[in-house]
Amino acid sequence: MADPLLRVRDLRTYFVTDQGGGTARAVDGVSFDLHAGETLGLVGESGCGKTVTSLSILRLIPEPPGHIRPGSYIEFEGRNLLTLAPKDLRAVRGNRIAMIFQEPMTSLNPVLTIGDQVAEAAIVHQRLSGAAGRARAIEMLRQVGIPDPEERVDHYPHQLSGGMRQRVMIAMALICHPQILIADEPTTALDVTIQAQILELLSRLQQQLGMAVLLITHDLGVVAGSADRVVVMYAGQVVESAPTRTLFARPGHPYTEGLMASIPRLDRPRERLHSIPGSVPAATAWPAGCRFHPRCPYAWDKCRTEEPPLLETGADGQVARCWLVSEPARRVKQAS
Amino acid sequence: MTAAPPPLVAVHDLVKYYPGARTWLGLGKPRATVRAVDGVSFEIPPGKTLGLVGESGSGKTTVARTLLRLTEPTSGTFHLGDDEVFALAPAPLRRLRRRMQIVFQDPYSSLNPRMTVRQTLIEPLVIHQLASKSERAGRVAALLEEVGLDGGLTDRYPHELSGGQRQRVGIARALSVEPQFLVCDEPVSALDVSVQAQVLNLLADLQKKRGLTYLFIAHDLAVVKHIADEVAVMYLGRIVERAAASTVYSFPRHPYTRSLLSAVPVPDPEAQRQRIVLEGDVPSPANPPAGCSFHPRCPHPLKNDRCRTEPPALRVVAPGQLAACHFAEQPMS
Repeated sequence: MADPLLRVRDLRTYFVTDQGGGTARAVDGVSFDLHAGETLGLVGESGCGKTVTSLSILRLIPEPPGHIRPGSYIEFEGRNLLTLAPKDLRAVRGNRIAMIFQEPMTSLNPVLTIGDQVAEAAIVHQRLSGAAGRARAIEMLRQVGIPDPEERVDHYPHQLSGGMRQRVMIAMALICHPQILIADEPTTALDVTIQAQILELLSRLQQQLGMAVLLITHDLGVVAGSADRVVVMYAGQVVESAPTRTLFARPGHPYTEGLMASIPRLDRPRERLHSIPGSVPAATAWPAGCRFHPRCPYAWDKCRTEEPPLLETGADGQVARCWLVSEPARRVKQAS
Repeated sequence: MTAAPPPLVAVHDLVKYYPGARTWLGLGKPRATVRAVDGVSFEIPPGKTLGLVGESGSGKTTVARTLLRLTEPTSGTFHLGDDEVFALAPAPLRRLRRRMQIVFQDPYSSLNPRMTVRQTLIEPLVIHQLASKSERAGRVAALLEEVGLDGGLTDRYPHELSGGQRQRVGIARALSVEPQFLVCDEPVSALDVSVQAQVLNLLADLQKKRGLTYLFIAHDLAVVKHIADEVAVMYLGRIVERAAASTVYSFPRHPYTRSLLSAVPVPDPEAQRQRIVLEGDVPSPANPPAGCSFHPRCPHPLKNDRCRTEPPALRVVAPGQLAACHFAEQPMS
């Protein structure tokens, strides 16, 4: 396989908190690769560290209280983004790597027209004139499927629906034709019919522009339909990584397995839902041993004391942070 | 439906209009009336669940709020057992509130941040004079146990609880007055999947144990499938399809229901699906399209001028199945 476009190695982003005491290890040793043109799904529940991971890539973590620990490494185009000078970093942000967020209303500036906001990146990075920027903005709005772009370009965010605002965000992000788009829960705030529109739009634009997408979501359904590979996070760590088909056919980590079983499904008969007992632990006090062991139906003594590394399951490109990989005979649920 | 017992909940022709906001200082002409709920009828037999599904702006939450008279309906009737809730004077209404309760979407903003779990659960008991001082502690403990919360949480404040725990407190509060009818307005939408499954299972268990009747409101069709006996789909203030849950999911008749079902992401990469991606947004309920309000987005191949001019009635299209579409009997592809 060709060299990855983005290489994240041992990323640790910690937050010092006043309350609850101590340091929240929100992202605690995360590594993954993003290849050109692919869609990588980054999946997990609230508090697993997926959003902090994505913000760390573009160094958008507020410092203090946050800081990215020395030893973390994010390589893009042969350089470590984490040690880049501010000026060089600005040339990457919004230009080579762009980002869209969950809540399009709070991410758009309410007092600027959408045309100004869409054109801004092109004016800054590509030195376009105001008029040329506006023309590009109109072209971009047309590409993302906004009707009457010549008129809409002068509208303000509050005049648009939620789906249209997310289209504007996408136009803003893609105006410089980035190589990487980081999409953080891009459809979570949207209704299901609008979600379908946006996902379709993203995959069409990805093919047209040949960019790589890091798709961050809590929704395994979205991942199943869009991602080539999936990275599952739990408690600040990667617990599993696999090609999408492999992951859904044979989840390696008990957390992935539990997550899949707890999704209400349209394509299955009505039945009692499986649920994972308990809730995600606090980032200030991850459990010892395997961080999932207090909620795991298979856990045994070793899991309580020894933290498992990411182990290769034998399936194509699949790794799981679980001792079951080396002791598959123990995959028998303990009576609770 | 089989020979059913008389419904516990019977809503007939519920209408809620919001007058349009006046323009500056009341000068100029007032804006159009918002028809949030425009003639909604349904019944729920005792111990059963009606799932009310729709997207933002469909009016499903307004239905919930008017049933509890948290906002006053414009017209219509709502019978809870033998009582006509919309006709009650304030004092009898307060007494009747014991029999119907609501669980809200966001358990954080619906719990008083200055009250502990104990205070939150005691307040309804005091208001409805359901427990003497000496009985209260026992009632609180029993409620917590019933919703699966640790007794050690009684002196916690909402900010000290997780999202799932808060929603369990919200459910315990609703149950404290021993209602017959529970309106659940997106009770699991704010929760993570693993916790969502816990709360859905809890609601199912409580229903079985207490014989509760639910109106379960959600935008997620897959969630509703796991809890509802009957499903009603709303679009722009009206019910466009209503039938037994198994019928709606297997044989949807309204093009909107069909599109909605096809748009739900299925967590299976092998799934081969015909996805219908609807064009455009939900129109404003202040200015709904003429004729069938779904016609501008409708993917039905037979769509014609009749759809643009004549609003379709909600009619029987198959045994036990109602749909508001001129072409509900015709296949879409």
